[in-house]
Amino acid sequence: MNSRRPTFRHPDLPKNDLGYTRRDYEGADSTLCAGCGHDSISNAIIQACYELSIAPHKVAKMSGIGCSSKTPAYFLGKSHGFNSVHGRMPSIATGANMANRDLLYLGVSGDGDTASIGMGQFVHIARRNINMTYIVMNNGCYGLTKGQDSATADKGSASRKGRPNLFESIDLCELAVQLGSGFVARGFSGDKEQLVPLLKAAMTHKGFAMVDVISPCVTFNNTATSTKSYQWVRDHMEATATFDFIPPRQEITTQYEKGTTQSVTLHDGGVIHLHKSDDSIDITSRRSAIDALELHREKGQLLTGILHINEDLKDTHDILQTTETPLNSLTKKQLCPGDHILQQIVENYR
Amino acid sequence: MKLKGVNDFVIRFANVNGSGSASANTLFAKAVFRLGVPVSPKNIFPSNIQGLPTWYEVRVNEKGYLGRRGGYDFIVAVNGQTLQKDYEDLAPGGYFLYDSTRPLADDFKREDITLIGIPLTQICNREIENPKLRQLLKNIIYVGALAHLLDMELLVLTDSIERQFKKKPKLAVPNIQALELGFEYAADHFHDTCRLSVKRSKKLTDHILMDGNTATGLGAVYGGATVAGWYPITPSTSVIEAFDKFTSQYRLDESGKKNAAIIQAEDELTALGIALGASWNGARAFTATSGPGISLMNEFLGLAYFAEIPVVLINVQRTGPSTGMPTRTQQSDILLCAYASHGDTKQVLLFPCDPKECFEMTADSFDLAERLQTPVIIMSDLDLGMNDNICLPLKWDDSRTYDRGKVLDKDQLESLTEKWGRYLDKDGDGICYRTYPGTHPKLGSYFTRGSSHDEYAAYTEDSDAYNRCMVRLNRKWQTAKNLVPKPHITISDTTGTYGAVFFGTSTHASYEALEQLGLRDIIISTLRLRGVPFQDEVTDFIDRHEHIFVIEQNRDCQMRTLLINECGICPEKLVSITNIDGMPITATHILHSMEQELKSLLTPGAKPHKGGAR
Repeated sequence: MNSRRPTFRHPDLPKNDLGYTRRDYEGADSTLCAGCGHDSISNAIIQACYELSIAPHKVAKMSGIGCSSKTPAYFLGKSHGFNSVHGRMPSIATGANMANRDLLYLGVSGDGDTASIGMGQFVHIARRNINMTYIVMNNGCYGLTKGQDSATADKGSASRKGRPNLFESIDLCELAVQLGSGFVARGFSGDKEQLVPLLKAAMTHKGFAMVDVISPCVTFNNTATSTKSYQWVRDHMEATATFDFIPPRQEITTQYEKGTTQSVTLHDGGVIHLHKSDDSIDITSRRSAIDALELHREKGQLLTGILHINEDLKDTHDILQTTETPLNSLTKKQLCPGDHILQQIVENYR
Repeated sequence: MKLKGVNDFVIRFANVNGSGSASANTLFAKAVFRLGVPVSPKNIFPSNIQGLPTWYEVRVNEKGYLGRRGGYDFIVAVNGQTLQKDYEDLAPGGYFLYDSTRPLADDFKREDITLIGIPLTQICNREIENPKLRQLLKNIIYVGALAHLLDMELLVLTDSIERQFKKKPKLAVPNIQALELGFEYAADHFHDTCRLSVKRSKKLTDHILMDGNTATGLGAVYGGATVAGWYPITPSTSVIEAFDKFTSQYRLDESGKKNAAIIQAEDELTALGIALGASWNGARAFTATSGPGISLMNEFLGLAYFAEIPVVLINVQRTGPSTGMPTRTQQSDILLCAYASHGDTKQVLLFPCDPKECFEMTADSFDLAERLQTPVIIMSDLDLGMNDNICLPLKWDDSRTYDRGKVLDKDQLESLTEKWGRYLDKDGDGICYRTYPGTHPKLGSYFTRGSSHDEYAAYTEDSDAYNRCMVRLNRKWQTAKNLVPKPHITISDTTGTYGAVFFGTSTHASYEALEQLGLRDIIISTLRLRGVPFQDEVTDFIDRHEHIFVIEQNRDCQMRTLLINECGICPEKLVSITNIDGMPITATHILHSMEQELKSLLTPGAKPHKGGAR
């Protein structure tokens, strides 16, 4: 693990409800480039899990291949992780979730891993509504193979190579809404104030929660001509709303102005209060979400924040009507019908 | 001269697919089975839903030979598209039952066969009022006629129909009526016409007639599988259908919810990914597919091998390459599976030869996969998987427990005195200790990856660490030899001259052909392979005989290659007997091929067949 950081913990470090300090959620040292947006996202994940008081060992970190998929090594060192193969994280996460419905599944992928090689699996995990948080660290390029354009690179955007991208880009959020995801959000690695509550809300949502995080690649795609650069995103970012995420059992003390506030109650009793600048966006409506995304695209803006929520969907376990007990903890008595049943079955083949 | 015999003939039904012929033909086969006579039906069907030719052949054999024999003694020809070919395929002295509503064309001039014309369509149109039922019942009419012609007990057939329609007795009535119509017509028009017959026998005792895929699905239920990812592909789909059926019936909790999760995936990549993810997380999981799916699954098979994740994969093989003949059988994925995925990989294979073994090997494979922490591939095929096969009844030992392999729980993690490493070989058998996610708040977490890793699961590009890992995986492979099922060996040739090696669905026809050779004093020892890696017994068997015949159903003699490669056998020693027509191998084919090879072996200077189709 970490060789450079001291393992000493100051006894006065603040602790969360479970008695864990923020450090208990950290992982190994990052080996990504200095200034990489992905490291900020890792930090936001650590912060979100700490603030939500999630037991680290009750999280399973899933990833594919690429710079983004390396990051699970850099957060939640006490959680099991599975760095699978390129574009295949959704299937591994699906199986893992089927085996034990009681863990929090945190999927980390990139734009290459999700929007190209893993597009098929992404599409289908979303429509099955697997209960997990799916984070795309989206930098519009293939960092680990030295900066080729990815399928989320905007048409006309140019990376360090200087050649504008010729092809249409894929908007993963718009796609996720269309696929029926019950939680779709977009964040920016450079805006921690927004990202941490976004992740907390996503982790609390029951069902497939998609969080697309624009995360500039400082080495290959942070040029003035790129729409995935820090500068461009800062200049063109527009949020659906600022919001407060109130976990369950916490008293609501703030008074909200009527008319501009929308409240959504999550399945565990937590509430999201959105304070909207634009009252025309209704995040509980798929159509409104897609309209808003298209409108901002036409205006050359990047819409962030919670884009869509639907708390009424069933997750895969509920759809399949599997038992409440994690399947991996069923005993032989529950699994094996025994010889007397076998002999009854066999009788039908005589 | 007419062919004659009691309980010893092959009958072929030629139908149009989608016309309801399958249930009528199955009814016939099941009646033979219920008369206690060994029977082996083979459904030869097209990759199509309606309108193309389909055949169903049934071998009736008192001696209990269950493989295909080759040749047809009786043909029920009710498909105009193939009438000519069916007519030509009939053995001299055979019987040709056809729908005489329309006369045969002038060029049907054989004098060495017996024609049995029955106006099936005419009887149907005259006697069956409901036009919707006519097509279906036409098939039942010829089954009724056969009962008379073959001197079968009609009661067995009527009983079978009643059993089949137990829940819808109304439907049994027209079926029994059709059966009787056929029987009566034949009785009125044909006396002593057919010299073949089926007589009640005591050959079958408590046997069952079951398709391999059902047995495999049941094996997964009894083996404790809870998660299945799958993608529809012939001929494997019915494995999952069976798993679904039996879990829906016998695997419900108190509130009626399922103690299993079955997910139809978007492709075979995901199907295996789901099984792997579930297995990694401590559930017993599997998928079922066929050759084209295995091609896609190669990626994950490499990950599972290298990251050491147990998983069970059922491969119901069909005829390749590519889409090949999706509804025909073959044993042609052996090399693909044995070395599946890029880099140095080796996979554990099991070869069942009947439904009983499908059940047992599938149930065992979950123990084996978890013990070895690696994929286990069950190598079934279309012939075994989709055809009804006779076998001894399935049994389950209720005292048996599941072997979950080396998994550390919370207490075990706490009592460790040394630092735990996911890939640290503490026992010297190449198998390390794993943990499930969520086991302990502080201990036992690790990062699973398909990239090179050291003993503590950390990413490494250190040559020594990589080397240690690959060498250890080989050590595990040696351990696997003692755990996969041993071959069945019979040393009949004590002079050490001839031995034969075969496996899976080549088994029954091989034993039959070798018995025929035995009658001519050509004695051959036998070894039926049941698993890979090969044990020392396999090498010893090959070593103790001068010539070894390897009997298999593919062009490139894949098992021969695997034996040469894995056991270090001199290629000259292994003589190939292959069949690649997509149909289950016949005893006649094996016999003729072996006679030819034996001749070459005895001719000075002649070289035996080593590979490739003739």
